[in-house]
Parts: sequence; structure tokens; C-alpha cells
Amino acid sequence: MAQGKDTKEKLPRQAMPEQDPNIRKRNFDEVPTGYTPELAKAEASRCLQCKKPSCVEGCPVSIDIPGFIKYIQEGDFTKAIRKIWEKNSLPAVCGRVCPQEDQCEGSCILAKKGQPVAIGNLERFAADYERNYGSGELPPKKASTGKKVAVVGSGPAGLTVAGDLILKGHEVTVFEAFHKGGGVLVYGIPQFRLPKEIVASELHFLERLGVDIQCNTVVGKTVDVDELFEQGFDAVFIGVGAGLPRFLNVPGENLINIYSANEYLTRANLMKAYLFPEYDTPLAKGKEVVVLGGGNVAMDSARTAMRMGADRVRIVYRRSRDELPARQAEVHHAEEEGIEFYLLTNPTRFIGDDQGWVKGMECIQMELGEPDESGRRRPEPVSGSEFELPCDMVVIAVGSGANPVLTGNTHDLELNKRGYIVADPKTGKTMKKGVWAGGDIVTGAATVILAAGAGRLASDSIHDYLSIGW
Amino acid sequence: MFEILKRTEMAQGSVVLNELSAPQIAAKALPGQFVILRANETGERIPLTMADTNPERGTVTIIYQVVGKSTALFADMKVGERFLDIIGPLGKPTKIENVGTVVCVGGGTGVAVMHPITKALKQAGNHVISIIGSRTKDLLILEDKMKAASHDLHVCTDDGSYGHHGFVTDKLKEMLDSMDVGLVVGIGPVPMMKFVCKMTEQYKVKTLVSLNSIMVDGTGMCGCCRVTVGDQTRFACVDGPEFDGHQVDFNELATRLQAYTQFEKQAMDKYKCECQR
Repeated sequence: MAQGKDTKEKLPRQAMPEQDPNIRKRNFDEVPTGYTPELAKAEASRCLQCKKPSCVEGCPVSIDIPGFIKYIQEGDFTKAIRKIWEKNSLPAVCGRVCPQEDQCEGSCILAKKGQPVAIGNLERFAADYERNYGSGELPPKKASTGKKVAVVGSGPAGLTVAGDLILKGHEVTVFEAFHKGGGVLVYGIPQFRLPKEIVASELHFLERLGVDIQCNTVVGKTVDVDELFEQGFDAVFIGVGAGLPRFLNVPGENLINIYSANEYLTRANLMKAYLFPEYDTPLAKGKEVVVLGGGNVAMDSARTAMRMGADRVRIVYRRSRDELPARQAEVHHAEEEGIEFYLLTNPTRFIGDDQGWVKGMECIQMELGEPDESGRRRPEPVSGSEFELPCDMVVIAVGSGANPVLTGNTHDLELNKRGYIVADPKTGKTMKKGVWAGGDIVTGAATVILAAGAGRLASDSIHDYLSIGW
Repeated sequence: MFEILKRTEMAQGSVVLNELSAPQIAAKALPGQFVILRANETGERIPLTMADTNPERGTVTIIYQVVGKSTALFADMKVGERFLDIIGPLGKPTKIENVGTVVCVGGGTGVAVMHPITKALKQAGNHVISIIGSRTKDLLILEDKMKAASHDLHVCTDDGSYGHHGFVTDKLKEMLDSMDVGLVVGIGPVPMMKFVCKMTEQYKVKTLVSLNSIMVDGTGMCGCCRVTVGDQTRFACVDGPEFDGHQVDFNELATRLQAYTQFEKQAMDKYKCECQR
């Protein structure tokens, strides 16, 4: 026994193989290539199977982590994915894009002395194995309740609600404004981080369970929330995301080749502009690209620009490295691919040529003062430190606000002063009867897993409502 | 859904009308609103303001000039074929009020966008004078429909081949000089709208324009359609497409419309090549 324990401690965390940075920075193929079954079993064997697993507490959707890892240890990958499905309808997605280092892996007992179990990698492995080699057998579904639920938005929050409620026997229709389902998973997160085929397969899984996905429907325009009730829906979940790009409001911002990250990534990902002219949507190919912002979206934009063929891509961020909101892994991947970081730097104006194209940026150096309400130290300009940065393309990735298309056209929905929907954080209930909301339209821009977590709470509450009452 | 029920060529084939089956959109659409269409899986999302809707038949009508690959692709689709995607109605509808006398100025395919607005303004009790124009007689569209939708119709051609020889702004000046005009609506190419607004500004007559900026999602998400209106950045897709013409920075709009010219040429050349094969 003691010997077995020793082996467990000595086995290092199994890294997931990745494409070489010098090759991958010019292609859109996925960066990490996935565990083999042997690597997965080896990594799973590092799990101590804690009696009181703190990893589960760190997971916003409370997956039985030791439970599914045990099945991987035993080589029963089908049981492993079934265990995950009990709590998470989107494992192939979450295994790839969750900030595990702050959640499950951050709470892993092994992290105290060394490297935590690679829970995200194992979740991804179980989902991928099922997709590629699984039986295709669906999880069990409760008998039909005859109740109908409308889910507005097909991003991580909406899909979680749809997946939960269909299994509980309710009829679910998901409405999506774009022509393809997946929300931010298809328009925002690049192919090299989350292949679109995987999102399509997760959507197909929900459709096989009986979820009806109606694309090309803008709720608030094509149909409004009250009309959904008139059409016979018993409950409505709103998970439309944030979806209103923020700009900097500095002079020259409307010059050509200055993109919002939303536009840049939507053209590249959803519209497949990287395959132009095979696909018809164009996208500028900057030679010297500047991305403004320091979050995951900024990293995604910068790495996309590199793959579109840029000579040089710089990230300009007004705080220092310690305050970068992006995941460490994303920053690391970006650096490996040659993205340069201009920290403590802020643009003051954009400079255009006589045809209206951006040709440079005036920046100012920043220094850090006291922490602001976000807890990060507030950046302040150093006077007289202005300098010019030449560039022929800019992507603005400084966050998003609340899109008013649905909220502005829905009666009795309480909004806060920034335009987000007011909803009970424990249940997702809004002030409007029969209406729940969750994800970025409630919290402001956050992560995929937090949106999925909000979806889980809302689906439990919707199920209670449909079984008991408001 | 999204089947082409009717296809008509206008302006010697350079402009095409499609009547499409889209019941949900037809039931909701109001004058001034637009749809976004995508022909096929590899296609672009193209915004077009609706020229007409018929809620009973469940149809919307679009009229577009064939200018690049995407519109050429639309124009090559036959009756019975389907668009892969149509979303809408998008944008704010035209604010229809009774202001007395309205002058509707339409240029090129802008006349198609103008038509439902003209009809609605007349129905609201306005005295409606319309001025429509094109480069030459053969490119003029919807003359009969605009005649029916207005109390009075004037036609202008740049080359004098039909109607008044000259620009729509010449006729507009005559109207502004001779009567009390409560509102001007100007819809057409950017330079035309710019000159209409320059003129009405002198007469201090409120002027609405409908902006055709480049869009992707059409729901305020991407920010690609941003225009400067009264020193503020606005999104044409959700704040518009109509704005107070005296506040619009038309030069910036014209510049931003040039963003993809090179790509459009490349796509069109490839498409022509493939069609010949």
C-alpha cells in the first residue's frame, strides 16, 4: 500500500501534447492535441480520491470529479463521461476553455505540494473519447411533463439549461439570433482553441436528446418574450450574453482597420474569413497588428491575427503583467507564438493616412497607483511619456456591455443601471413572472463555466417552478 | 422557408427584385427596417432594407443592385430556390408622423428603400412629394409604384435621358423654395444623401437618411457599422439605420464603405471565373 502511494506522489502531471509553436502560429488547427488513453489513465492515477473532494467545491457546476476520474483510472471511459453528463452538458467545451487553475485544479489537494491533477485535460479526454469512439447511447430521460421552455441564446448558459431541462422531461426550444448555434463558443472562441466541429457535436447531442434549436431568430425583434408565452411556452430563460462592444472613445477610433474584438473574431470564426476567398466574408490581414486589452479575448484576437499572417502582433495593456486578466495558459501560448506585450501602455489617439486607414497609434506610458473597485491597481498616465507606435490594424478587446436588443423590448424586466438584467443569484429568477436569466447578461462579461453554472441554477429553479409553481 | 417566390429584373438586369417567403419577419416588419440574408454555407451576411412586405402572404421583398460577389450570387438564384438564412426585422422602424408636407428623395436603388416609407407617410396624412433619380433612364426603378405612393412625383436623370436633366437636389431646391416643407427623407448613394442634407440644412428642414454601412450580425454585437452622428459613435444596425442627416459624418461613412474594396474585387473575379467554367 505504502509503495503504491509513493508511486502516486512521484508520477508527474502528464502534459498534454501540443503543436509546435512555430508551426501552429500559422495554422488554425487545435493547439493541444489531446491525451492518449494511456496518458489519461496515468494522469487519472495521480488522483488521491479524497473523501472530501475540494475540487468539486471549486467547480461551478459541481461535477463529481473523483467519481469520473476513478472510471478513467479503471479504463471505463463510457462510465466516466456519463458521470460528467450528470452535471455538465458541455464537457468537450469546458475541458478546453474553463479556467481550471482557478477552479477545480486550484482547489486540488496535490496543488499544495506540487502540480494538481489535470482535471480539465481528463474531462476533455472523456468527452473526446465518447465523441470519437463512444456507443452514441444517450443519457436517460424522464417521462414527458408536457411543459414547454423557451431558451433565448445558445451560448454556454442557454445550452446548459436546455440540456438539463430536456433530461427532466420538459420540451425545450432554443432561439438563436445567428445562423448557427453555440453563441460565443462559435463566434468568439477561435478554432485553434475550440474547434467548431466540437461545438457542433455538442449541439447535435442536445438535438438528439430532443432539443429544438431555432436559428435566425432575434428575440426582441423577430418575436418578443411576451409572445413566447402567448405561443404556449411555460417558462423563458434568457441567456443572451453581453454582446455590446466597448470602445475607448479616443480620436480616430473609426478609421478603417480598427476592429472591435467581436467583429474581428466573428468574421474570423463564425464566418470563416480565414478561409477567404473560399468563404465570402473578408477580413483585413494586418502586417503590424496591435490588440488593445489583456483578457482572454485579447489573447484570442492576437493569436488569430498572427495566424492571418501578421509580421508582428503586439498586445497593448494599460496595467502590468500581474494584472493581466487572461488565463496564464493563454498568455503563455501567446508568448510562445511570438506575440509581444507592451505593458503599462495606453493609446491616446489613432493616426490615419489620407485615405482613412489606420497607420499608427499614439500611446502614453502608465504607472500603477492604488487599487480601484476591481481590486486591481489603477493605472495613471505618466505625463510627457507619449510615443508613437506604427501599426496597420488594431483590434479593441477591452470588454463588452449589455446589449439592449432584447432587454429594451421586454416589459417588466428589471435592469440595473448598466443595463444588465436583475436576477436572483441563487435561482436566476427575474422580476418578471416565468422568466429566468443567467450568464453575461446578468453578471457582465465572465467565463464559459460561470455562464454554465448560472444555467444549472436556473434550470433547477425552472424545474421547481414547472413542478410546483412560482 | 426563405424560398424565392418571385424574381424580377430591373434597370436592364443590374437591379434584381426577389419576393421571399419569410412569414415571421413579414408579420413584424415596419417601414425602414432591414433583414440580413445569407445565400449559402460559404456566403456573407448581407443587410438589405425591405422594399415591401406582405403579412398575409408571409413575404418580404428585397431589391438590390448587383455590385459584388454576394449580390451576384443572390441575383443568380432562381424562383423556387431558397436563401439559407434570413433574419429580421432589424433596426428601428421609420418614425411616421404627420408633419404636413414631406419630400421623399430617392436615388438609384435607394428608391426601393424609400418606397414603403413613402407609402406610410402618405397614409399618415402627409402631402407627399417624391423626387427620384438615376444616372440614366434605363436605370430608373419603381417609377409607377412611387407615383402611386406620392401625391406628386418628379424624375431626374443625370444625363437628361428622361425627366429633369440634372440632380435630384435641383428639384429639391425648387420644392424648398416654393413651399413649406416639414420633413425631407433622403435615401440613396452616400454622395447624394450628403448633398441633400447640405441643401436642407440651409433651409433648416429636418432630414432623415438611411445608412447602408457594412454589417455582420446586425444586432449591435460587432460594432462594424459604427457611424459618427453628432460627434457620437452610433451603430447603424440598432440605433439606425435612419438618422438625422444633418448630424451624420458622411465622409467617414464613405471612407468606411471602402474597407473591403480589394477583397470584393478578388471575390468577384473568382466568382466570374467559376461561372464561366
